[in-house]
Order: sequence, then structure tokens, then C-alpha cells
Amino acid sequence: MTGDVIVIGAGIIGSASAYYLAKRGYKVIVLEKSDIIGNGGSSRNGGGVRQSGRDPRELPIAMYGINNLWPTLSEELGYDVEYHKKGNLRLGKTEKHLETLKKLADKASACGLDVRMIGPKEVKEINPYLSDEVIGASWCPTDGHANPLKATLAYYMAARRLGVTYITGESVQEIRKVHGRARIVVTNHDTYEGEYIVLAAGYESRRIAGTVGIDIPMVRKLIECLVTEAEPKMFEQMLGTAEADFYGHQTNHGSFVIGGSTGFELYKKDNGTPVNYSDTVPCICRGIIRYIPRLKDAKIVRAWAGWSDNMSDGVPVIDTVSEVPGLVLACGFTGHGFGIAPGVGTVVSQLVAGEEPVCDISGLKYDRFYAKDVAKK
Amino acid sequence: MNELSNRSRDIGEFVPQPDDDMIVCRCEEVTKGEIRRAVHDGLWTIAEIRRYLRCGMGLCQGQTCAKLVKGIVARELHVSPALLEPATSRSPMRPVEMHVFADETEDTDL
Repeated sequence: MTGDVIVIGAGIIGSASAYYLAKRGYKVIVLEKSDIIGNGGSSRNGGGVRQSGRDPRELPIAMYGINNLWPTLSEELGYDVEYHKKGNLRLGKTEKHLETLKKLADKASACGLDVRMIGPKEVKEINPYLSDEVIGASWCPTDGHANPLKATLAYYMAARRLGVTYITGESVQEIRKVHGRARIVVTNHDTYEGEYIVLAAGYESRRIAGTVGIDIPMVRKLIECLVTEAEPKMFEQMLGTAEADFYGHQTNHGSFVIGGSTGFELYKKDNGTPVNYSDTVPCICRGIIRYIPRLKDAKIVRAWAGWSDNMSDGVPVIDTVSEVPGLVLACGFTGHGFGIAPGVGTVVSQLVAGEEPVCDISGLKYDRFYAKDVAKK
Repeated sequence: MNELSNRSRDIGEFVPQPDDDMIVCRCEEVTKGEIRRAVHDGLWTIAEIRRYLRCGMGLCQGQTCAKLVKGIVARELHVSPALLEPATSRSPMRPVEMHVFADETEDTDL
């Protein structure tokens, strides 16, 4: 099968890229290893659409999306993605927490983001349900959250309506060059050919990029989330903590979707299927109860796990590749790709079209990795 | 690869049916018409339908409607229901209060 662009990966990054490419008139084919669209991190994350707490290198793309794409995304795609722009509190309980939060807030302010430190009184005014132990927070009023299940599938459905071909159950084995350009994608069943190849396959991108001699230094990390039964409406902000005890929000449905960590995320057994560990949900629950005591009687109806593709320096690769013309990389989102996906899709479509990206992605290059003694120079 | 792999396969137009208002998932009040419409929008697996419409995500976690949903989706796609993988069952087996979950060790200070 032949197209203008072959996108590898039908998560929200691949589908957003396919959507914006199709909108420009490209004939796009999306290949997905799973039988299910958006079955990786795209459907398993906490739904944060935030700028605060981000590395300055990926802040421009996050800010671009929140200023220009997220507010009208439901109308653009024709499906409600449940986007709420009601701010993000990143909570602290100790002076050390506040120090961590302030450092991040200062860095983001320097990039032009409206984020500031607030005291316990203002925190309580924004969210009266928080524990008295919270002594401060960083507050970014333009952050928010959306429904990752719906946003991912909305991009897919909108792309499909524009004529994008999706093939599921296709595991990419290798990318092949023709006359020095990436052109052919070989799967376990078939061969696909395109002028451009977009690699957005999460952790699998490392193996696939390796077939044309490019290494993207990442590992996969098991992240776990839970959801409660529907509760009366309490608050609309996105919440996070300096300690990363938990992060989450209340959905339109009323349930709370919350993720968290135990500290063993990188060291869990990997049997090929992401599964919950018995110690994680209890640990997340303790985190939640300590910050939002009122939720202690909320019932948990479901928990799940997923892998994030963690880059060695914590930010993704969004770039063309000089050794492999025709290849565009968009991977290694390190567990915070959902919120920037609309911006990433836009930028990927620009990279394919040979245009200057609409926001600064110069910190997200594929060739930025050097040994520590060289990097320091 | 099977009949569900190429999401551009022609499954025909959406034709309204008299019982489209019938509620199939009682927990989340999802109707037959919504499920059939979602199939025509491209959601061809039970996992996608569940994530998009929430059928099977309520208190009973699909114990009542899973089979019905599968039948409706399979008919719409003109495939055998056996081809459709059920959605993943997830812990806990029944809803559990957060403070019960949180209290797994004697040392937890809550």
C-alpha cells in the first residue's frame, strides 16, 4: 500500500499527526501494532493539559497548544474531549517541597508562563477540599485537563473521516531506505511505501529507529492509575504534588482519575503486559487521603497500568533526521505527552511539509545526547 | 490481521433502527443507537467503544452488558462475535473504599 506519509503508531501523537497531515491534503496511512487504537499511554494517562512543572525545552509546544489548539479542539474534531482550563495546583507540604516548586515556577516564568507561588490561604480559596497540611503551591491558572480516552479517539475518528487509512494489528519490523531516503515500512504482514515516515510508536520507536541506525535513549516505565465511582462535583483544577504522591482531577462524569507512584516504577517486572502491582494503588490512596481527606470513603472501581517511554533527559524527540531524510521522529514523551499532543501533531505536519515549526522545538532534537563530560562543555 | 484490521473497510451506511433508544448499559445509560453510531464512526473494538461511550465502565464493570454490546458491534461490522476481544477486566473485583485500600500495612500512618 502506498501513501504520501506512513505514520507508525495510532496513539494520540500518531493520530494527531495524521489528522493535521490529512487536513493539509496528504494521503496518510497509519500502522498500529495493537488491535486497538490508542491502547498505550494515550488511553492510560491522567489527562493533564499543563504547562507548569514542564521542562523549559518542551514548554513552548505546551503553551502553543493551550493558547491555540485545546480551547477549540472539541469543535475542530467534532467530538467532546472534555477540556477544562481551570488551572493547576502543584501542592507542597514542607519547605523543601516549596523550594522544588519554586524552582520549576521560576524557570517557567522566565519562559513567559503565568505561574506563581501562593500561600495556604489562597490555596484553600481555590480548592477548599485540600488538607490543612498543605502550606503552599504553585498555581498556573491556564493549565487544565481533558479526557484522554475521548481526545485520542476523537483525533482517530476525525482523521479517518478525512480519509486517513488505519491498519491495526500491523507490527512494524523495519524501515528501509531507497536511494538514501526512508521510504519503505515492512510489517509482519505487508510492505508500505511513502514519501515520509512519521515514527510515533512510543517505546517501540527505539527498536524501529534502530533499523535505520538511529538510537533514541529511552527505557519504559510502568505507571499506574485508578478511578473512583462518580462523586458529587468538588473542584475543576488539575492537582499535582511536589512529592509526586499523586496527580489527577475530577472528570465530567464525576469520577476522580488519579495516578501516582511508589518509587519502583523503573524496576517492575516486565512480562510484556502492563499490570497493576499490589502496592501501588494503596500507596496512591494514602497520597490522596493525605491531601484530600474527604475522598477517604470514595470507592475505587478500577485500576490500570501502562508504560511510558522515558527519555534519558526527560523530554521527547520531535525532529527530522539528517542521516535519514524522509523520517520524522515524535517519541519519548516520558509520561507527559498527552497535553502537548495537539501541538506535536501540528509541528509534525509542518516538519513533513518542510515548514518552520510554529513553536520552538530546538531543545527536542534527536542528536542532543552526549556523554556527560562532553555535554557539560 | 483480520476483518477488523483495515479500518477503512466498507461496513455500509448507518441505518436508524426503531429500538435505537433502548438502554444497553444500565450503569452508564448507553443506548443501542449510540453503540451502533460509534461503530460507524470507526470504533471497531470493545475496548474503544468502552473508552468512548463508557458502556461497561460503571459500577458493574460490564458484567451485565458486555455480551449485549459485543453482539451489537459484531452485527454492525458483519463479523462473528468470537472475533471481538472482550474488554480487559480490571481490579478491584468490586468497588473498594479508598481508606480500605490505603490500610494495607500496619505501619501506614493515616
